[in-house]
Amino acid sequence: MVRSVGRHTLTLVHTLGDFALFTIRAFHEAAGSRKLARRVVCSMFEQGVRCLPVIVIVGVFTGLVLGLQGYHVLNKFGSESLLGTLVSLSIVRELGPVLAALMLVGQAGSALAAELGMQRQTEQIAALETMGVSSHAYLVAPRLIAALIVYPLQTAVFCCIGMWGGSVSGTMLLGLESGVYWSAVERAVEAHDVRECMTKAVTFGLLTVALCAYQGFHAHRSSAGSGARAVSASTTRAVVMSSIVVLAADYVITSFLV
Amino acid sequence: MAISAQPLLKVESLHKRFGAAAVLAGVSLEVPRGRLVSVLGRSGAGKSVLLKCLAGVLSADEGVVTFDGHVLSEGDAAARADFRRRCSVLFQGNALFDSLTALENVALPLEQTTRLTEREIRARSLEALRQLELDAHSDHYPGELSGGMQKRLALARAIVTQPELVLFDEPTAGLDPLRRNAVFTMIAKYQRQFHFTALVVTHDVPEALVASDRVALLEGGTMCFQGTSAEFSASTDGVVSAFRDSEAALGTALSSIRRGEVVPSEDT
Amino acid sequence: MKQGKLELLVGGFVLLGLAAILYLTVKLGAGSFIGGDHYTLEARFDNASGLNAGCSVHVAGVPVGRVESIRVDPGDFSAIATMTVLSGLHLPTDSMASIKTSGLIGDKFISLSPGAETECLKPGDRITMTESSVDIESLIGKMAFGGVDKDKDSTKDSAKTSLP
Repeated sequence: MVRSVGRHTLTLVHTLGDFALFTIRAFHEAAGSRKLARRVVCSMFEQGVRCLPVIVIVGVFTGLVLGLQGYHVLNKFGSESLLGTLVSLSIVRELGPVLAALMLVGQAGSALAAELGMQRQTEQIAALETMGVSSHAYLVAPRLIAALIVYPLQTAVFCCIGMWGGSVSGTMLLGLESGVYWSAVERAVEAHDVRECMTKAVTFGLLTVALCAYQGFHAHRSSAGSGARAVSASTTRAVVMSSIVVLAADYVITSFLV
Repeated sequence: MAISAQPLLKVESLHKRFGAAAVLAGVSLEVPRGRLVSVLGRSGAGKSVLLKCLAGVLSADEGVVTFDGHVLSEGDAAARADFRRRCSVLFQGNALFDSLTALENVALPLEQTTRLTEREIRARSLEALRQLELDAHSDHYPGELSGGMQKRLALARAIVTQPELVLFDEPTAGLDPLRRNAVFTMIAKYQRQFHFTALVVTHDVPEALVASDRVALLEGGTMCFQGTSAEFSASTDGVVSAFRDSEAALGTALSSIRRGEVVPSEDT
Repeated sequence: MKQGKLELLVGGFVLLGLAAILYLTVKLGAGSFIGGDHYTLEARFDNASGLNAGCSVHVAGVPVGRVESIRVDPGDFSAIATMTVLSGLHLPTDSMASIKTSGLIGDKFISLSPGAETECLKPGDRITMTESSVDIESLIGKMAFGGVDKDKDSTKDSAKTSLP
């Protein structure tokens, strides 16, 4: 019993250290890599342009439903004028960064874990290493750099769309004055809220993409053996762990920043 | 072809264990410069493991690998880097990048490991494609090429860096006899054309015997035979003849079955 | 996909994202006071409970600034609120600052009531004529226990006008 606790602790520490080294190595070795910018643009296309529709759709519905629910609650206190405050703060502080990150994990993170897993299985990663090309710099670094740029942008888009969704349900469906809503939004959101939002977005981007890449990259270590099973197992693990990490990191950041 | 006395690649008592199973238990091998050497062995004898240990994809537990007089060890990064620059590997599944065109695949090692200009890279990559008769397909993706073309594309990518040693991992796995011949012809042809030393890991005995200068047989984790093709054909060693004369053995087994005798099934 | 088209799409996405970030930071994050010049004033309160940095400052119900920081004066243990006010607004020296609440449970804000002096407050000046927060809890407590009628002085104490 005590031994198993010890063993699991050691495994956890070892994995965390390995993960940190993996991430640091990607950035470190990216420095000398040629045509890195081109690969970053490709990754930004995958994480940015490809994921924009889902970000917009989820953002609109999040705002709509927050507006609807918030309106009915605030109505009981006669403070419908605070709807803008409720919607904007919920979205900017919490829902924007978290939901955007979860959506990006679902679409871009899973794809990248599966792609790297497949490249591992078909020996493409081994081929890179035998050519003397750093697979960390060639495959992992562009995705991490793209995530650092794309996540804040996607989160900002999500927040704007979400607040617009809140105004739609508040003003069009429930008859709140649009000026009341937007002035409440402008009064509520402070610079430090936006800073918190962006800090979260960057952190989530780095953590989730590094985690997905780590899982895909080490698909051959999977206990599911090799081949398609290993790829599917590592992809599943990548998505589940990234989602958990997003929520856990959100709690940690919120408790430190607020 | 001038052959110096010193072998280009020398392996001494290489050991590799996976858990409790010792796959390589003291493998020794010499690959003379400018020759085509085949390592034969049954499936699962550890041929690919040997090749991956040499290529640096796996790290061996014990043993010494000497390349051109320099010992390759874990700690010696400079020697490893030098080896990587002068050695290419052709993987069993070709390991081509499916998101890159044929030209980009060939250009990749030059682009990432050399300081050549874009124009030089393009010129050399196109030249490699032309030499392997793939110049018409430079803008195609690997998925759009036939199996043989993919093999040639992988070879083009391997030789574009002008390596001295090329390691072939089961180049004929899963091919029909005609294609096997074609692949060995390709290897022998380009090996002479580009003057590289080739180490081929395979289990196709007849083709390997014809194409290779030297053969080695890996069995039970050690090299149980090393010599020229002629010596291999003439050998009376039990393991060698069993492997070499598998067709005859098949004939004997089949005739026993037809006679209704019980034939012990060997592990595969 | 062609590299050119890819770059175009990525460029479009980046511009869209930047516009969104710009909207969040400039339009919302910094309030409506970015760009407009402003000067700082200080106000001394006996009790500034409920007032935070970022609360708005009103004149005649119109927002004209915001509270930058609140600290305790170690000399007399009163609260000093630093606020920024639009520079076009010249307040007389006998203006009064009071901490008000929007609605029953809403945000606190500082309301400035201009006085009648001809001289105006200069940047960095301190308003000493102030009205502190009304402590609603103690008010309710006193109402419940009938303290409002009996002890009017103590009610005044929690919301008294402090004069220099």
